[in-house]
Amino acid sequence: MVSTRDNNQDASNRLLASVDWFTVLLYVILVIYGAISIYAATTTSSSQVSMFDFDTYSGKQFVWIGLSFVIGFSLLLIDRRLYEAYAYPIYAIMIIILIATAFFSPNIKGSHSWLKFGAVSLQPAEFAKTATALALAKLFSTYGFQLRGWRTYIVPVGIILFPVLCIILENETGSALVYFSLIFVLYREGMSGFVLFALLCAVTYFVLVLKFAGTLIMGIPMGTFIVLTCVMVVIVIMLLIYCRSLILGRNVALGYIACALLTWILSLMGIHINGYVFFFTVIPLSLIYLLIGMFHDDLNKVLTTVIFAVVSIIFMFSANFAFNHALKPHQQNRINIALGIEEDLKGKGYNVNQSKIAIGSGGLTGKGFLEGTQTKLNYVPEQHTDFIFCTIGEEQGFVGTSAVLILFLTLILRVIAIAERQHTTFGRVYAYCVASILIFHLTINIGMVIGIVPVIGIPLPFFSYGGSSLWGFTILLFILLRIDAVRTEYGTW
Amino acid sequence: MRKDYNLEKRKFVIGGFIVVIVAIYLFKLFDLQILDDKYSEIAVSNARSTKITHPSRGQIYDRNGNLVVYNEPAYDLVLVPKDVQEFDTTTMCKILQLKREDFDLLWKNMSDPKKNKNYSATTPQPLVQNLDSTTYGRLQEILYRFPGFDISQRIIRRYNYIAAANILGDIREVNAEDIERDTDNYYIPGDYTGDLGVEKSYEKYLRGVKGKEILIRDARGKIKGRYNDGKDDVQPIAGKDLQLSIDIDLQCFGEKIMRGKRGAIVAIEPKTGEVLALVTSPSYDPALLVGKDRGKNYAKLVSDPNKPLFDRAIMAAYPPGSTFKPTQGLIFMQEGITNLSTSYPCYRGYINKGLKVGCHGHGSPISLQPALATSCNGYFCWGLYYMLKNHKYENLDSAFTVWKNYMVEMGYGYKLNIDLPAESRGFIPNAKFYNEHIGEGKWGANTVISIAIGQGEIMATPLQIANLSATIANRGYYITPHVVKQIRDVGILKEYTQKHQPSINREYYENVATGMRMAVTGGTCRGANLPGLEVCGKTGTVQNPHGRDHSVFMGFAPKEDPKIAICVYVENAGFGAQVAVPLGAMVLERYLRGESEEIESRASKWSDRWLEENPSVFEEEEVQQQLNPDTTAKPSAATAHNQSSGNPLKGLPLNREQQQAILTRPIGTIITRNGFNKG
Repeated sequence: MVSTRDNNQDASNRLLASVDWFTVLLYVILVIYGAISIYAATTTSSSQVSMFDFDTYSGKQFVWIGLSFVIGFSLLLIDRRLYEAYAYPIYAIMIIILIATAFFSPNIKGSHSWLKFGAVSLQPAEFAKTATALALAKLFSTYGFQLRGWRTYIVPVGIILFPVLCIILENETGSALVYFSLIFVLYREGMSGFVLFALLCAVTYFVLVLKFAGTLIMGIPMGTFIVLTCVMVVIVIMLLIYCRSLILGRNVALGYIACALLTWILSLMGIHINGYVFFFTVIPLSLIYLLIGMFHDDLNKVLTTVIFAVVSIIFMFSANFAFNHALKPHQQNRINIALGIEEDLKGKGYNVNQSKIAIGSGGLTGKGFLEGTQTKLNYVPEQHTDFIFCTIGEEQGFVGTSAVLILFLTLILRVIAIAERQHTTFGRVYAYCVASILIFHLTINIGMVIGIVPVIGIPLPFFSYGGSSLWGFTILLFILLRIDAVRTEYGTW
Repeated sequence: MRKDYNLEKRKFVIGGFIVVIVAIYLFKLFDLQILDDKYSEIAVSNARSTKITHPSRGQIYDRNGNLVVYNEPAYDLVLVPKDVQEFDTTTMCKILQLKREDFDLLWKNMSDPKKNKNYSATTPQPLVQNLDSTTYGRLQEILYRFPGFDISQRIIRRYNYIAAANILGDIREVNAEDIERDTDNYYIPGDYTGDLGVEKSYEKYLRGVKGKEILIRDARGKIKGRYNDGKDDVQPIAGKDLQLSIDIDLQCFGEKIMRGKRGAIVAIEPKTGEVLALVTSPSYDPALLVGKDRGKNYAKLVSDPNKPLFDRAIMAAYPPGSTFKPTQGLIFMQEGITNLSTSYPCYRGYINKGLKVGCHGHGSPISLQPALATSCNGYFCWGLYYMLKNHKYENLDSAFTVWKNYMVEMGYGYKLNIDLPAESRGFIPNAKFYNEHIGEGKWGANTVISIAIGQGEIMATPLQIANLSATIANRGYYITPHVVKQIRDVGILKEYTQKHQPSINREYYENVATGMRMAVTGGTCRGANLPGLEVCGKTGTVQNPHGRDHSVFMGFAPKEDPKIAICVYVENAGFGAQVAVPLGAMVLERYLRGESEEIESRASKWSDRWLEENPSVFEEEEVQQQLNPDTTAKPSAATAHNQSSGNPLKGLPLNREQQQAILTRPIGTIITRNGFNKG
């Protein structure tokens, strides 16, 4: 028999031993690197300000970091079962805070997302991610819950969308978009991969239609032409891979090729066929053929293929309309800039162009610590928050930027690995939430800074200046570490 | 828990997704940072701002080292719009001595990007320019109460003398045309450049070399410091000072005695070609074209009917009248048409084949020197007649060409290339001119005879006339007249050291000089007979359809080793002996004997008396010009055969400046085609 005291001692020893120290190390490297970058972004080599001066952003960030370590450590001490037990209440409280913030917080640059506590301002939206992840994990770990049939999606999608609506109320569209990344979690927990594929197609079509709207081919816009061609290719691929029907796929593919050749020969002879005429003859004909043919094969899957093709075409035509009517002008501009449709270096494209100049001028090894000019001289907007990556790019060069990307990639893959080693659904789902959120932030933030994703104002985790963001990610990550720390203890709880 | 291995495989999709994204981003970053050089270049130009530092403009001294033009700091009230807070406009208006409406107007003009092309909310914008010293002092004291406001210092030109505006010129802000024409790429908007006078012709020396400061600039255009601690900065090099050949005291004296008259005085040091005085009248105070009222004053000067901006000394092409006669004597002797003892008859004029050119009473027949002394028309008409008829020339055309070439050698018909802008070339006709305007074979010696006495088609600037005087003083050569004696560190320009020698023997010049001395001792120039100074002179009285004759005097002194050669040309003043001779005598005396109270008071008295007698010379002329806008084309012997004489400019091979000179119509530039001369 071991005494209770020894038992406790053992338990905490076991806990410390089983904490994923590799992740903690990555975390520490990232936050320190972040604070140093903030110092670099806001100071010049000639000014004698200390990195730890409380009047500087970096000094303040170090305070936030210190407090983060306290928070992280405290989170490790809390019994893991509490996270699971209080997941829903935490979620509910968070929602209430979000709504309250939307209505009662002061207007800062048009958004109502900040809560003031004396000298400290916090953004509840940054913490709502953790709450949502916990609630989602709790839901999936409910006995007997499985994603099967569309009804089972209502609750998880609801859990995800509720904070989204609240945050949109706060006028922080960027932060709201983060929650859509949780679709990866649904996918991992059983949602059909077809949804991801459809989303991928939707994004691709949207980009293609907008980007190539300017030139004409066969009398129709190039974008439309490319997308319709893609639709045909996708039909064939779906027939071959999804429906596993070699015959249908082959026949349709041969039909398409034959029609394309015929049109080409006709055009050589001087008979030009309008693109719409071509596509809206060939595609419907192939679909009718499939509808007739499906009775011999897997009915549902061929029908899905047909419907997918039709929806794709409808989506393509509504993309332009949606772009022009559903999006606000500044959002349209940001998309236009990212797609390279519009180049307005002095106006709408100024920020992204300056950000590219700052990064691009860094070269292989950068201009050296504190030697950057573009970021410090305010050419780059928000250089210590959303555009912090510019400073790294300018002062550390390609070496610095790739190091940061590799660090993040390592962290994300590590989190996925942690997720997969969990014995509980709760742990796994929560871990995937963490991974998804990190993936989204990294993809959007870096993509925006290097100009291939429209500008969406979300921070780079652990790097961007600000207590809310840092604390939010610290809590998110350390709850995961705490959950993970005892994975070996129990199979189930 | 049961593991679903099918679903676990999905970790590869999610992990794969982020791996692909990171790979794409790495590729893009590699392209941005390493493959594409464009961004580093933009970054450099982004953050560096080159500020031009202006050198101080060269100062201008006279020949005796008196400072004539210098630089003085001027103060402007400027403000950075972004930094300006609510301020006490009442106090500001009070200090600036402006009415509220005027202040608001200035404010509006400053902040209107259409009017203020350099407008930016973050850089200093001028609100009130050229503060006077009291305003400046009072503003300095209270400026701390007006955040965003500041006083900026500029350099403006200052003049020690109210004189020589035509020589000194002025400076003005460059315009788009200047920048376009500027092959050195020196100018940027906001720079100043010489506009008239030596400020323009010596611009390249006066302006100096700009320096530059390389500064670090942030995205809002705010200057954050010096690049590389100023190690790459370039210091400006100050402009070169000019020493004029002008004797500023003589210039002032000349301008004083020309008060109330229209015309010019040119005085040249014969040995060097240095212009001692270049007086045009009416003139203006050079300080008028400095500072905030420049535009207003300039417009006033331009619209002034007396054309004070028109430098009559070098831009007005007048008929030289009898001052032309020495050139004719020289040509006839050199060509062997006459010698010193050749005499021609003159019974109150040149009468030949029904043509009569009148003259006044003197002995007849007459030889060269008495003819010069009495300004006989007949002698010179006969001389030209016999020259053009002479069989040593192939025909009339070639005879005339010989005559014309001598004239050109003597500095007529083309610009002398004085170092001042917009010189006129005057006019010397050639055979082609008469062939075109009268017709080949239709003209002969008698048709053009008035040119022998400096009338008809002949046009010359007072500078050209003075240059002739200098050539005679030098007995046969001249150096291109110039107003700048030397440029500091550079010296004198080569073109102003070279002798120009007409192909006429020195002895003939000696003969003419003697004749001119006789004019002073016992001829038309007796008024210039200054004891002990041995003045040589020649009068001119130029008939003029607009009214009174132009009064001209040309001379030099002393006869041996001359120190000064002058030309005085006074429009509508009457006989040469009446006005130009006494004026010329005073200038000669003032220069050769130096400053004295006696001559100053004599000059003042003379000037005052003249003003009393001719109170309305300017007004009178204005009226006359309005009444007779087109009286400039009286048919002359030359154009009698030419019916198209309505337009005095028509067909004349004039250059642009000459046309300009004629179009601006100061009196005397009329192409007088009257063959009669009373000199």
